[in-house]
Amino acid sequence: MATPTMDKLEALEKDSTTSHLITVTFRIRRYNPEVAEEPTWQDFQLEIDPKERVLDALHKIKWELDGSLTFRRSCAHGICGSDAMRINGKNRLACKTLIKDVSPEKPITVEAIKGLTVLKDLVVDMEPFFQAYRDVMPFLVTKGNEPTRERYQSAEDRERFDDTTKCILCAACTTSCPVFWNDGQYFGPAAIVNAHRFIFDSRDEAGEQRLEILNDRDGVWRCRTTFNCTDACPRGIEVTKAIQEVKRALITRRY
Amino acid sequence: MSDTTLTKSDGTSGVGPVEGVSLYDVDNPAPYIEAPRKRTSKTPRATRGNFEMIAWLFMRLSGVVLIVLVVGHLLIQLVLDGGVSKVGFAFIAGRWASPFWQFWDLLMLWLAMLHGANGLRTVINDYAERAGTRMWLKGVLYSATVFTVLLGTLVIFTFDPNIR
Repeated sequence: MATPTMDKLEALEKDSTTSHLITVTFRIRRYNPEVAEEPTWQDFQLEIDPKERVLDALHKIKWELDGSLTFRRSCAHGICGSDAMRINGKNRLACKTLIKDVSPEKPITVEAIKGLTVLKDLVVDMEPFFQAYRDVMPFLVTKGNEPTRERYQSAEDRERFDDTTKCILCAACTTSCPVFWNDGQYFGPAAIVNAHRFIFDSRDEAGEQRLEILNDRDGVWRCRTTFNCTDACPRGIEVTKAIQEVKRALITRRY
Repeated sequence: MSDTTLTKSDGTSGVGPVEGVSLYDVDNPAPYIEAPRKRTSKTPRATRGNFEMIAWLFMRLSGVVLIVLVVGHLLIQLVLDGGVSKVGFAFIAGRWASPFWQFWDLLMLWLAMLHGANGLRTVINDYAERAGTRMWLKGVLYSATVFTVLLGTLVIFTFDPNIR
C-alpha cells in the first residue's frame, strides 16, 4: 500500500488522478457465528487501481468501509503464508494476486479456504492442517554424535529436494484437494510435501519412519492425482510430483 | 472516500444481510460448522500395514491386464465373425470347451470384479462421512463382490454343454 502517495494524490485534482482507477465489486463470503448461523455473501464496491492486489482491496474495505471484515495477513508479500483464500473459486494468496488478473469487470468473489472450519469471515481453524504437518515429523533426525562443523551436503543432494523446501504452509494446496474436503483424516498435500523435503534429504536418517507414516490408510495412497494442489500452490511447487515421488519411494524401497 | 459505495447483497444471494435481529448474539453464539472428520492429535497412527499400497498397485497392474482381456473379449463377442448376432448358448459352449478361454474368462471375472470393488471401496472411503454409512455401504459392496465372483467361478468350472 502506497498510502502516503495515495493521500497526496487525493488532495490533488480528482479528474487527473483517478483516471486509472476502475470500479470493482468484491463479493465476500461473510460469517460471524455471533450474528448468524449461516454465512452470507456481501458486496463491496470500490474505486481501485487494477494493478493493486486483492489484499490491498481487502485492506481498503476493512479500513474505510467495514471494520468488522476479518482476515489473516502478516507480511503481505507472499512469504508468511497467512492470507491464502479462495478468490474467484481458486485458492490463491491475496497478497500475490493482482486485481487485473482476476477479471475485475465482473464481481470478484472472495471466500475462506475450503475443508477447514470457518471461525469468522475469511479466518479458518488451521489446527487440523498443522496437526497433519506435525504428524510427518518435519524436522531433521540424525543418529550418533553431533558433528563439530556443519553437516556437509553436495549440490546434487541439495537439488534433490529443492522444490519442496519452498513451502510456506499457506494451506492453499491442502484446501484445494477434493479428498481433503471430504475426509479431513487425509494428511493432505502440504504435509506430504514437507515429509518429502526430509525423506529425500541425504542428511536425514528418519526417511523410513516418515515413509511408514505416509504408507497409512490416510497417507499418500489416498491421492487421486487431480493436480488441484499443483495448480493452487502460490510458490509453484510441483506438489503432485512430490506425492508421486513418495509413492515411488514406498514401492521401490528395500524391505 | 465519497466515491466508494457500500452495497449489501440484495438479490445477489438468497440469504439476507448480516445485520438485523438474530437468535444469536455475543452471549449466545451460534455453533461453529465443524469440518467433517478433522485430524487431531488423537487420530490413530499407522494401522493396516501395506494394504493400501498393495491395493493401489493392484489397481494399476490389473488395469493394464484388463485392457487386453476386455478389448479382446469385446472384439470376439461383438465385432469379429458376424458380430453380436452369433452369440448364443452354442457359441459360449464352443468357446468354453477350450481351457484357454475358460482361463481367459475366469481371469477377467476375478480381475474386473476386484478392480471395480476396490475402486468403489475408495469412492466410499472418500465420500461417506459417517462411520456407520461406510460400514454398511462397504458391507453391501463386499457381499455383492463375493457372491458374483463365486457364482461366476462356479459356472465356469461346472459348465455342462449338454444341460437339459
